Formats: sequence, structure tokens, C-alpha cells
Amino acid sequence: MNKTWVTPGGVHPPENKLQSVTQGIGQLPIPETLVIPLSQHIGAAAIPCVEVGQSVLKGQVIAKPAGVVSIPMHAPTSGTVSAIEHRPIAHSSGMLAPCIEITSDGADTWIEHEGISDYEHISPTKLVEMVGNAGISGMGGAGFPSAVKLNPGRQRPIDTLIVNATECEPYITADDSAIRERAAEIVEGIKILSAILGHPHHIMIGIEDNKPEAIEALAPHIEGTGISVVVFPTKYPSGGEKQLIYILTGQELPSGKLPADIGMVCINIGTTYAIKRAIIDGEPLVSRVTTVTGDAVGIQRNYDTLIGTPVSHLLSHNKYDQQAGGRVVMGGPMMGFTLPSAEVPIVKTTNCILAPSYAEIPDDEPAQPCIRCGMCAEACPASLLPQQLFWYAQAQDHERLEAHNLFDCIECGACSYVCPSNIPLVQYYRAAKGEIRHAQDEKVKADHARERFEFHKERIEQAEREKEEKRAARREAALKAKANPPAADKTDGASGKKAEAKPSSSAADIIAAAQARAAAKQASPEDQQAKLERTIAATEQRLIVAEEKLAEAIASDSDKQAVFSAAVENTRQKLQQSKTKLAELTA
Amino acid sequence: MAFKQVTSPHAHSAQSTSKVMQLVIWATVPGILALTWQFGWGSLINVVIASVTALICEAIVVKMRGRSVAFYLSDYSALVTALLLALSLPPLAPWWIIVVGTVFSIVVAKQLYGGLGYNPFNPAMVGYVVLLISFPIQMTTWVAPLALLPEGISHPGLVESLQIVFGSINPVDGVTGATPLDMFKHSSGLLVDQVYEREPLFNLAMFAGAGWEWVNIAFLAGGLILLSNRIFTWHGPLGMLGALALMSVIFYDSGSSTSPGTPMMHLFSGASMFGAFFILTDPVSSAVSNRGRLIYGALIGVLVYIIRAWGNYPDAVAFAVLIANFAAPFIDNYTLPRTYGHTDRRRATEKEES
Repeated sequence: MNKTWVTPGGVHPPENKLQSVTQGIGQLPIPETLVIPLSQHIGAAAIPCVEVGQSVLKGQVIAKPAGVVSIPMHAPTSGTVSAIEHRPIAHSSGMLAPCIEITSDGADTWIEHEGISDYEHISPTKLVEMVGNAGISGMGGAGFPSAVKLNPGRQRPIDTLIVNATECEPYITADDSAIRERAAEIVEGIKILSAILGHPHHIMIGIEDNKPEAIEALAPHIEGTGISVVVFPTKYPSGGEKQLIYILTGQELPSGKLPADIGMVCINIGTTYAIKRAIIDGEPLVSRVTTVTGDAVGIQRNYDTLIGTPVSHLLSHNKYDQQAGGRVVMGGPMMGFTLPSAEVPIVKTTNCILAPSYAEIPDDEPAQPCIRCGMCAEACPASLLPQQLFWYAQAQDHERLEAHNLFDCIECGACSYVCPSNIPLVQYYRAAKGEIRHAQDEKVKADHARERFEFHKERIEQAEREKEEKRAARREAALKAKANPPAADKTDGASGKKAEAKPSSSAADIIAAAQARAAAKQASPEDQQAKLERTIAATEQRLIVAEEKLAEAIASDSDKQAVFSAAVENTRQKLQQSKTKLAELTA
Repeated sequence: MAFKQVTSPHAHSAQSTSKVMQLVIWATVPGILALTWQFGWGSLINVVIASVTALICEAIVVKMRGRSVAFYLSDYSALVTALLLALSLPPLAPWWIIVVGTVFSIVVAKQLYGGLGYNPFNPAMVGYVVLLISFPIQMTTWVAPLALLPEGISHPGLVESLQIVFGSINPVDGVTGATPLDMFKHSSGLLVDQVYEREPLFNLAMFAGAGWEWVNIAFLAGGLILLSNRIFTWHGPLGMLGALALMSVIFYDSGSSTSPGTPMMHLFSGASMFGAFFILTDPVSSAVSNRGRLIYGALIGVLVYIIRAWGNYPDAVAFAVLIANFAAPFIDNYTLPRTYGHTDRRRATEKEES
């Protein structure tokens, strides 16, 4: 029995999980059209590599990753690409984003694919590449590209692998039912992860005690594997990465750091299944388990859902009654967001579609004033003071917000859940974070502009000074020439000598010198080629470094992302220029 | 299909501010019963007059501010303020005392600062202090507890009490008397033991003064109900009672003739328990963090004792609470909890993390 630690705060909302696990994971008919958003993950959106009208097979790559922190997209079924355009996607802002629409042919024909069974003998780098090529991103929440997570670099050895099977949000049972039915494959996936990470000392599956069937299902498969299933009391939000790390290890993830910085990798249990499918079966990520639940649907159940399935397809096949409820939530009742319409597709992070009835989740009552009762502070898993953050967010006091560690808020919603005055606290924090980030960006831009302006001024002054010096020098020379005119007339070569004596005096001399330098350069094409080759090699090196930095910045959600991506772009352009020049030279 | 757009979380606990306020009202019931049992109908009459006045004032001001009267009256906060003020006023005090105090609490101390949630000072205590300073005689005339009534005299009945409150008759002699805290304030040159032996106020009581100890026990019980319902945490009450107990032990002076009284008397007399569980737990005007509330409570405990022992007033909860209200933002600045992932607690005004 592993020791567990208790996090501060937390809440116990009604679990509402039983209704969706009475039946096993179901299968829905293939929808007529599927819509695959190009950005279903953290990082750069994928780039389409198919054309409208092209026919595709299930598992065929339809969009390529754009850089290191990105993933490819695959056709979830066979059919024809019918559109590449902006569509409403699963985003809390209800925005449109580029998507590929596939009209299915109903045959669901797989592209040729092949897995490998002896992954122990394959280099971790190759395995990570396979995970990347399978288009796997974290399936628990944020959707971070798994290949990036599994490649922490040599300077960050991984000691602990944490598999997150907490599923602490009410209603959701996607992980629970997946474990019940696919425990063997999940454990296989964990073994692959272990091989990739160089066999960490501790491998723990963290799971809440409200899933006894899942715990039982895992037991026979982990025997003798060194993997331990760690069970802890149910409390929301134990499944937050930071909270789970503390529950299982007693360590806190330092603010602003990644788990890899303290030798840990934390991965969702659904992702381990996808990794098993990718390596052993060679199948890319084209489907996932999604819970359809809430009293506004007639059938509450888990489905193995194709990525890109419109929510309307799930709702209509489960007897959704629009009169019964007003909102449809992607995710759980604590952190999920409402969908703008039913046309939004299921993505790689969609663990639940919740269609609650008005009785389950009534419309919000108007907020009453905050009386600073402190129930929110008692519920906060990060030991923040939500009531203070609320006041400072209203006052837009950014300094105080940062001093109160606003950016350590994980937006779990526990504070809003307990708030007796019904204040949408999390919404205030999201807005305040946005404002602060915006203000910081503005400040960086302003600083940039000011620096540029100052450099510009400095340059002009410098040029002015140089001109003045030259003028002074010429005046002096003229005076000298007047003072002793005979010396100037002595010989024919006087002007040449004078030039040697005063190199800055004559414009003609400067031009001549420049021409001589240019001639010297042109004289040796071999040198030039060698130099260009050196430049290309160096630039390539720089590009790699810059891309790594960008990846890191994206991984840590740093505000320098823009700076680094500009640097990458710059370096790429320089490399291109050098290569073109070299081509011209050698042609 | 288009759906309703709402931000997360979608689930909410059933708790509401109105329910919190109602629970506070229910939790005063043991105290009201004890007061009525020991001191007659006066406290109940106070409660009724204060409640009616408070609701009328709140409705008028909310109306003047152009807000929904029904919405703001249904949060029950005006009733709580009225109740707390009414319970701190002497039973059988003239009606206008209660009205003036309530008007001041609701209109000036609460609504002029912006209404519920915005008042920097405890409204009930502001009303109380205004009355104590303006009308010291009416405010320091307490009814004698049940056990101390002279032979053949009982507390006035309901009708008689109303007549006293509305000024048509005067109370019978012997119905009023000194409180335990008064007794030690005006030291008679007796040792503490002698006072306990000779004064009926103490020799007819268990440990802290006839009547008063029951009232305090009742408020303690009500407070524990609120605590077990997690309406507040233990930090504030424990801070105050702990500091008060500590101070009264340190300065007990082994019961000499100048001793300010026994620790038990300080804990179970006057407004100690009422203050600890119903007054300083007002979240709006107190410190916010748990550590802050512990310090805030302790500050009140120390101030209560200092004013009781060496100040001009026999009891001091109202003054102590108001002084601590001033200090609350200062306490908040230094008592932020340590956030997950940080090595140290920060200060509220800190610009860069050290």
C-alpha cells in the first residue's frame, strides 16, 4: 500500500458517475461527415496535406505537424475530403478555426499499417517518433503533444512516471470504463512509456477510490511489472496534475515548472491506451472513449467515438431532448465549457459530452455580494485566497493579483462551486489573467519601440558627429594648405602622397579602397563557397537551438513564445538565403 | 441547434448567502432563550423593534439606490445586523435607543459604505458604540438576573415590559442591578474570593455570575452549531477566547483586591461568547485568511481584556472589534497563505517574489 498525501481544500460535488457505466463502451454508426480541427492540442496547428475531393483511407495523414510542438492529423475513417475551411470548434470562446471535413464512404477501410511488438529493442527516440507520428496529444485535458512530453532531454532524467486515472470530475466515466475493458492494453501502454523513459524507479497509477471495478481490473495485469496502483479518497480536484503529484509523492511542483523539471512525467491513462495502439498495432489516434451523459439524453453511456464526430451525431443517437436542458457541456460540470452549437466536433481531448437537465443544473441565479465568508479559501486546492483575488480582479489591480499568486490558480472551479453568493469567480480570474498577459505583451512591444527609437536617434547623432568631424578635418587641411602652398606644388605625385598621409580626406580614395576590397573578394570563389558552407552549417545549428527554445517556451507556456518563434523564422530565412547564394555560386 | 453559453463551473453547491444568514439567525435562538429566561421579555422586544426598523431602513436605502428591494431584503443580512445589535442592548431599554442604534447600523455603517459586503466596520458594533457614547445611562442599566430579584418581585410581564420600553411606566425598584463585570470594575477592596463569597451575584451562581453564565453558555452552544456547519472556521473565536483566557490568567494577580477577576468570569461573562462567535466572525469586516483571523481574534481578546481591566468601560467587545476592524487590512497584508508550489508566503503588496 503506497502512502498518499492529502491536498488542502477540495470539494465533494455529487459524483453522478453511475448512470453512464451501466453498459459497456458502445459503438455508434459512422457519421456521414466528420470535421477534424487542425488544432486539437497545445502548440502550432497542423498543416493540411490533402486537397478537397481527394479520397482518403482511415488512418491516412491528412495534416502534417507544423514544427516540433505540433501533431499530425489522420483521417478517422475512409472517404473523401469534402472541405477545408473554418468551422466552429470546441473552444470556450465559440470561435471558428481551420478544419478538414471528410465525407465518409461507410466502408471504414484502414490504410496499410503495421506495429511492432518488441518495443524493448527499439530505441526510445524511434518510439517517441512513432508516438508523434500517431498524432497523440494528452487526452486528459490540455492536449499537450505526447512526443514532446516523452522527450524531456538528457539533463532531466525521469524518476517517476505518474499515470493519471483520477477522473475526479463528476459525471465523466470515460477513463473508468476504458480501464474496466482495456486494462491489459493500458498496462502494455504503460510498459512502453516506461521503456521510452528509461524505466523510471516509480510507476504509479493514481486512481480515486470511487472506481473499485477499474482498480480490480488493473490488479491482475500489473502483477510483477513494478507498476503500482495507488488508491486515494475521492475529492475534486485530485486529478489536477499538480494535485496528483502531491497526493502520490508529497512533492509540490514548483510554481512555473514542469513535472519533468522534478523528474516526473504525468500522463493520462487514456493516452497510454492510444500509445499502445500506436506502437503495437501501428494505429494512429483516430478515436477515443467519450462519455455521453446528463438527464437531457435518454441513453447515458460511453462510446468509442471517432475524432471529428459532430456532437449532434452523439446527441441524436442518444435521444437528446432539447426542451429538457439549456446547455451542452464538453467536459465535466466543473471545468467543461458550453458548446455554441451541436455542429462542434469531438476532438482528442473530449472525454465527455454532458447534456444536463434544468433539474440537474439549473440556470444561474444572480450573484449576491461577496461577504468574504472564506468558504472559497477553504475549498481552494492551491491555498489561494479566492475572495481577495475577486476583489482585486474587480479593481483590475494587477500588482495585487500577482502578489496573491493569481497565476497559480488552476481554474478548477472549486471556489465558484462553494460560493454562497453564486459569484462566477473563475470567470473573473480568467479575464484578469488575460488582461495581465495582454498588458505584459503591450509592455514588451512598447519597450521594443522605445529601444528602436533610441537606437535610431543614437545612429543619427553618430552620423552627424562623424560628418562634423570630417568637416573640421577638411577645414584644417585647407587652412594648412593655404599656410604652406609651396609644399603642395613640389612634385607631381603630391596628391597621392597626401592621400596616404591623411586617409580620410578624399572621397575618391575611399571609393578606390572599397573597390579594391570588392575585387579581393571576387578574386577567390573557392573561399566564398567555403565561407557560405560554413555559414549554412552554423545557421542550421542555430535553427536547431532556436527551435528547441521555442518548444521549451511553448511547453512552459512562457510569454517569450512570440520572440522565439520570430527568431526561428529569421534563422530559417537566413538559412534559405545562404542556400540560394550557394546554389548560384556553384551553378 | 444552438445552446446556452455559460462559464464553468456548471455545478454549484446548494449553499447560499441567504441560507448562511438564516442559519446565523437560528443559531442565536439558544442565546435569546437564555436571555429571556434570565432577564425577562426585554431582549425579545429589542429583537422585534430592531428587526422592523432594520428592514424598513434597508428597504428605503436600497430603493433610493435604485436596486431591487426584494432581492436585497431576501439576503437576510439586515435582520442579522438588527438581531446582533438587539441582543447586545440592555433589556427594557427605551424603544428609541433601539431605533437610533439600528438606523445608525443599517444606514450609516452598512448602506452608506455600499451595502452588504462593503462595510469596513461591523455595523451592529458601530450602532452599539454610538449608543454607548451618546446615551451612557440607558446603555448601562441592566436588568437583574432571575436569581437576584428581591423576594416577591419578578421580571415584568410582556405587557408591562412593552409599557416600560415605550415609556408609559417606570420599572419597579430592584429589577435593575450591576453586572459581574461592573462588580470588578468598581473594586470594593475585597479579595476575589471574598467577592465570590459575599456578593449574591456570584454566590448564587456556578462560576461567572448569576444569569450571565447561562447566557454565555447558550451563545457558545449556538456558536458551536455554526462552527460545525462550517459557517466560519475556528480561528477567530479561538484566537479571541484564547487571548482573553491567557490575559486573565496572567493578570489574575492571585485574586488580590485589585485583581480584574477570574479567567472563568472573563470568558463566561459580559459579551465574551456572543462576541467570539457572533460578532468577530462577521466575515465582511474581519481579516480574510485563517492565520489572519487567528491574529485578528487574538487582538480582540487582548483589547477586550485591556479595556475591561484598565479602561473606562466594564465591557469592551464593541470597542475591541471596531479597533480590530481598522487593523484587518494590515493583518491581511502579512498573513497570505503559502500557495502551492511556492516556498514562502508572500506579502499582499509585494511586487516581486523574493
